[in-house]
Amino acid sequence: MTDTSTLLPLKNPTPRAALNAAQRQAVDGALASFRDAAGALLPILHAVQDALGYIPEAAVPTIAHALNLSRAEVHGMLSFYHYFRTQPPGRHVIQLCRAEACQAMGARTLEAHAKRRLGVDFHATTTDGEFTLEPVYCLGNCACAPSVMIDGDLHGRVDAARFDVLLAQTREAQR
Amino acid sequence: MSTTVYISRDASALALGAERVARALAEQAQRAGADVRIVRNGSRGLFWLEPLVEVLTPAGRIAYGPVQPEDMPGLFAAGFLNGGAHVLRIGDIEQLPYFARQERLTFARVGVTDPTDLADYRAHGGLQGLQRALELGPADIVKTVTDSGLRGRGGAAFPAGIKWQTALNAAGTQKYIVCNADEGDSGTFSDRMLMEGDPFALLEGMIIAGLGVGATRGFIYLRCEYPHAQRTLEAAIAAAYAAGVLGADVLGSGRRFDLELRLGAGAYICGEETSLLDSLEGKRGQVRVKPPLPAIKGLFGQPTIVNNVITLASVPIILARGADYYRDYGMGRSRGTLPLQLAGNIKHGGLVEKAFGLSLRELLYDYGGGSATGRPIRAVQVGGPLGAYLPESQFDTPIDYEAFAAIGAMLGHGGIVAFDDTVDMAEQARFAMEFCALESCGKCTPCRIGSTRGVEVIDRIRAGVARVENEALLRDLCETMVNGSLCALGGLTPYPVLSALQHFGDDFRQ
Repeated sequence: MTDTSTLLPLKNPTPRAALNAAQRQAVDGALASFRDAAGALLPILHAVQDALGYIPEAAVPTIAHALNLSRAEVHGMLSFYHYFRTQPPGRHVIQLCRAEACQAMGARTLEAHAKRRLGVDFHATTTDGEFTLEPVYCLGNCACAPSVMIDGDLHGRVDAARFDVLLAQTREAQR
Repeated sequence: MSTTVYISRDASALALGAERVARALAEQAQRAGADVRIVRNGSRGLFWLEPLVEVLTPAGRIAYGPVQPEDMPGLFAAGFLNGGAHVLRIGDIEQLPYFARQERLTFARVGVTDPTDLADYRAHGGLQGLQRALELGPADIVKTVTDSGLRGRGGAAFPAGIKWQTALNAAGTQKYIVCNADEGDSGTFSDRMLMEGDPFALLEGMIIAGLGVGATRGFIYLRCEYPHAQRTLEAAIAAAYAAGVLGADVLGSGRRFDLELRLGAGAYICGEETSLLDSLEGKRGQVRVKPPLPAIKGLFGQPTIVNNVITLASVPIILARGADYYRDYGMGRSRGTLPLQLAGNIKHGGLVEKAFGLSLRELLYDYGGGSATGRPIRAVQVGGPLGAYLPESQFDTPIDYEAFAAIGAMLGHGGIVAFDDTVDMAEQARFAMEFCALESCGKCTPCRIGSTRGVEVIDRIRAGVARVENEALLRDLCETMVNGSLCALGGLTPYPVLSALQHFGDDFRQ
């Protein structure tokens, strides 16, 4: 893996030590793959989140420096796009659709049930670190609403009972 | 001789268990010693019948559905590999009225072919449009698209040919074709179905657009909520490169077209073409002030065509069959077909591609079969979260851009979301403002601030606080947003709000 610090003789204010080995590898890998692409920042951020499940705040200076951007510009991307997160998620990410087609089939009731069952609000992770609950605005499954995506697997016509079954299956699957 | 069986890999079919069905079928076939070839196709778009299993027999394709894994032993016992009788047997799905009454031009191959098999694509008429485009010069390609009457299917309905002509006339060192695959409107899934079911049609449309305006590079900007579409597109792009459909020598013509897939990151606003371009450039997806038009100064400051998936995927058939063939469908200034999507509280949800001109009522009842819950349909939102809520008295409006504009509504991307009589329309109006506040890019004040104030004002109305005054304030705020916003997000959010207030005013006064 290319160590970007050797490629960049400019004074780098990055506290690279703040990144652990895995994080450094993810960031360096993303930069090596995409830094020369047109509009590189978006694919780089995706690659880091794909590798780590999130984008550590400490990666911001390194990415900014590599692309000759300000830290504010990179941080601005993280705060603008709902998909990017700066904290590690739980072992499983549950995306619950809140949009109109799902509302028409009981998404508001499902949302209340999911929050109660998991004991967390949106953007939060259960205390056992199992599940992170995220809102999403349309999964394109609008003829089979309400929709839920768990770790990238889409589920349709999810009511409270079905949600509980999916939770149990997700816990079961990792054992 | 192996028997060919089709099971969809469309995301909605998978959401209903198509993967487990495919696995169960393979296992059962092995146990029974049956030689079965399973093709994972797109969906026919009749989602109440998914997971659908179609068996290729000497008498044609025989469909069974909705099938669950536990149905497999029974299906095998019934001899379904030979089209045998079973309670789930549908027969030829194309004979069902829901399907037979459609006019599938853009979706002709979706649910029929193997989405990533280029030979199958060619066998079903694929690449004929591109072949024709290679014979024509840029001016004639653009003229064909203009003459077809095709308008942008993403929602704005801008004539595609005029956009292309503008980019063709514009000078630039590197022109771009950008496909807007950021299908964020709730109630819409036609882009997703097309990309998962017939991705080569989109690729072919983009290459033709490149030939038409002189662009050699293309990007598909796909929303990250569509991982299934992502995988299918990646496979299709790789196959197209391997076969010389994409790359330095398109079909041996010496013409170049390179295509790259890029993922969005959950920002609804990036479906707006100028925010999309900023996002592609690696920035926050903020709306640009127009002019300059993207067709003159777009991606990286170069002339750029930004078209929706369905717009681009409709181009191959227009080139292959001619402008007249496409223009002969439709009514008024809405030419061709629109893939409509029946969603929400609807019994027979799915995709209905029809020529413009049928009524909303036909869609909701003749196709949709009424609500899923069996209760009366009280309101319908057409055109996504920025579309107006229509009451029953407006259900006879024809599906036509101008007819919808005339009643203060819009067709948008063709999504139709039905609600039954349990809906609280004041709550829906509040959500419209809440969504706008959440997704506003922040560039213009009416949208950024107005949406938050809108939520507060609706909350006061619902709480019964100075109702008359606050209702006047809400209308005033909406007027400011409509007239003062930079793009459609702030400019159209008042549509669902005001239509709810106008047609369902009682819900605000409880």
